[in-house]
Amino acid sequence: MANERPKGKRIDEPTGTQTVGHEWDGIEELDTPMPRWWLWAFYASIVFAVLYVIAYPAWPMLHRGTEGVLGWTSRGQLAHEMAEQRKRDAPMLAALAQTPIERLPENSPLMRAAVAGGRAAFKVNCVQCHGAGAAGSKGYPNLNDDDWLWGGDLKAIENTITHGARQPDDPLTHVSQMPAFGHDGILTAAQIDQVASHVLSLSGKARDNAAGAQLFAQNCAVCHGAAGTGNRQVGAPDLADAIWLYGGSRADIVAQVTNPHHGAMPAWGARLDPVTIKMLAAYVHSLGGGEDFVEAAPAAKTDEKP
Amino acid sequence: MRSPDTIDVSFYEKHKTVHNKRVDGPFRRFKWLMMAVTLTIYYATPWIRWDRGPYAPDQAVLIDLAHRRFYMFGIEIWPQEFYFVAGLLIMAGIGLFLMTSAVGRAWCGYSCPQTVWTDLYQHIDRFIDGDRNARQRLDAAPWGPKKIARRALKWTIYLLIAFWTGGAWIMYFADAPTLTHDFWTGQAPAIAYLTVAILTATTFILGGFMREQVCIYMCPWPRIQSAMMDEKSLTVTYKDWRGEPRGSLKKAQKEPDAFGDCIDCMQCVAVCPTGIDIREGPQIGCITCALCIDACDKVMAEIGRPRGLIDYVTLEDAEREKAGEPARPAWKALLRPRTIVYFSVWGAIGLAMLFALGTRAHTGISAEPDRNPPYMLMSDGSVRNAYTLKLRNMESRPRPMRVVIEGLPGAAMWTDEIGRQDAARTLTFTVPADSTASQRVYVIARPNTASQDFGFAVTSVDEQVEMAETQTRFTAPGDE
Repeated sequence: MANERPKGKRIDEPTGTQTVGHEWDGIEELDTPMPRWWLWAFYASIVFAVLYVIAYPAWPMLHRGTEGVLGWTSRGQLAHEMAEQRKRDAPMLAALAQTPIERLPENSPLMRAAVAGGRAAFKVNCVQCHGAGAAGSKGYPNLNDDDWLWGGDLKAIENTITHGARQPDDPLTHVSQMPAFGHDGILTAAQIDQVASHVLSLSGKARDNAAGAQLFAQNCAVCHGAAGTGNRQVGAPDLADAIWLYGGSRADIVAQVTNPHHGAMPAWGARLDPVTIKMLAAYVHSLGGGEDFVEAAPAAKTDEKP
Repeated sequence: MRSPDTIDVSFYEKHKTVHNKRVDGPFRRFKWLMMAVTLTIYYATPWIRWDRGPYAPDQAVLIDLAHRRFYMFGIEIWPQEFYFVAGLLIMAGIGLFLMTSAVGRAWCGYSCPQTVWTDLYQHIDRFIDGDRNARQRLDAAPWGPKKIARRALKWTIYLLIAFWTGGAWIMYFADAPTLTHDFWTGQAPAIAYLTVAILTATTFILGGFMREQVCIYMCPWPRIQSAMMDEKSLTVTYKDWRGEPRGSLKKAQKEPDAFGDCIDCMQCVAVCPTGIDIREGPQIGCITCALCIDACDKVMAEIGRPRGLIDYVTLEDAEREKAGEPARPAWKALLRPRTIVYFSVWGAIGLAMLFALGTRAHTGISAEPDRNPPYMLMSDGSVRNAYTLKLRNMESRPRPMRVVIEGLPGAAMWTDEIGRQDAARTLTFTVPADSTASQRVYVIARPNTASQDFGFAVTSVDEQVEMAETQTRFTAPGDE
């Protein structure tokens, strides 16, 4: 095409190309023509952009963006991928539903799957009290150690999760009620101090005293045992070990005997499906303190198969 | 002539197809050789077998993305050793610098894939449609049954080569015979088909149609090279002081003294695969394939003038020659501080990598302590820490590995499988061939043990006894 030559633009002799018309200290820029295929690639990308805007969510409107004729959404894609994953997990979940929890360790792939599933469920349901590492805190039991209030084998853990602790609506819930020895006037403050000394002596932290030992035998041994080693049937903690749910100092023990804390745990049987509870139990069991399941009475064993 | 006020301006340049003429000569033969070598390497390498025993693939060169292993003959590289690949890439880069500073754009001219495949496709053009003039005629001819048939045939061959090229690429990423079988029976993964489709399309378009446009408009390398070349780099040069002014043989016979050696036969332009005129001087479109040297030498021989009107010359030598001084031997252009430094760096990296490869241990251990909770007080007052041990076995056979606690007096360890009753200072695990086993261990220390550093040592207890160790920390109450 023949154009009016703009001011300053000229043809560069060696290359035969027009300059853009600017000049800095004698340096000029050539306006080298683009290849035509580049132009077509540019048009093609415009066409692609238009098609994309029609096909996919793109254009912001007053309340929400255009939806695109393909109906794709990132949320929909997530739902689709979740459904795919559930489909893949279905055989594992079915096998888990059929396997009694105490039989789980015999099937190590299933056990691993259960632990992995339990780890995920734990993060959603349990970390609020027991902590992200399941190490608990004062008043909330540590699930990593080898000290269990209500038993540490798979079946006992499953039972504890299902029915919780101190849930009035669940008849099978764990209930233990330590009397408020000080608050209700059963023991005097001086007697409580003597008992505390005896309790501390069980783990070698104080010298024993006869008065405390006698008070312990009269008031405490019925649940905590004569040696203070606790009783899982009634959820009485072991007082002779190094682990203290409400603290192991003299003041902590005095406070607990005077007016005991009674921790509660939800009965998850009412909130979670049995398979999830199994997975949670497997995970908690795997944290390092899990105990082996011992058949209580072999005669009572029933054949699961019809 | 252009008038001073109106000029012809087109912002977009129409693509002119290059119909390069057939030529023969030493450089053309070298190009044939390079094409044969590079294409053979590319297509054949995945089919070379290499026995590594029952636990590793028997393909000589394999990039096993699924298992994160890179095999190259006797060398096996794990992902954490990716610095070897980085080193190879650095060597390739420095090798390219070395090549460029010594012999200019030799990479562009002979071994760049774009050059090799363009060359291959230009031979297809010649094979189907004839040489330069026939192809130009066919291009200009109106579309008719004959032209359609020719084009269909040619593009089918283009496609077949492109498909073969794309197909060869995926063979580097899986066992070639298995993948070939799976590919044709529809069992190969979708990514294999997609990769072949994309590479078929790019080969078809870039080799069949874009050709020199890639070098001139898309490739950054020609631009970078101008920074690497200097007055001592070899480049294809038209010796204008000898050739100009141009004049045909007839004119030169009439006025023998008025003209230079160039008879303006345009053979250098006709044979050029990128369609440039070398007589305009060094330019970005010149890939220095030297086909114009072949063409010009042939013409000079026919008309009885000395060869080398177009020749590989350094800028420095060109200046000397122009001034009438004798040319210097080529090795002087090759042996100079710059090329020696490049070569030394290149060689040093290569030797360092070979040394590292030869002396690396095939046993490894790392220990990661649990951070939440950092320690665990047990009911008997002892303190437990948990660690995830990674036991690395880089041999192609399963190996028993003995792990020992080093330091931390009185400590013992157990695992979920072994149980606390069997806790010991030494445990032995069997690590599968060519893999890293992840093993969680619990380490228990006596009551009142303070926080302290300690280590795990691992020994592969087979014929090739190897040791490795790692330091980690034991955390006790009061030191969170």
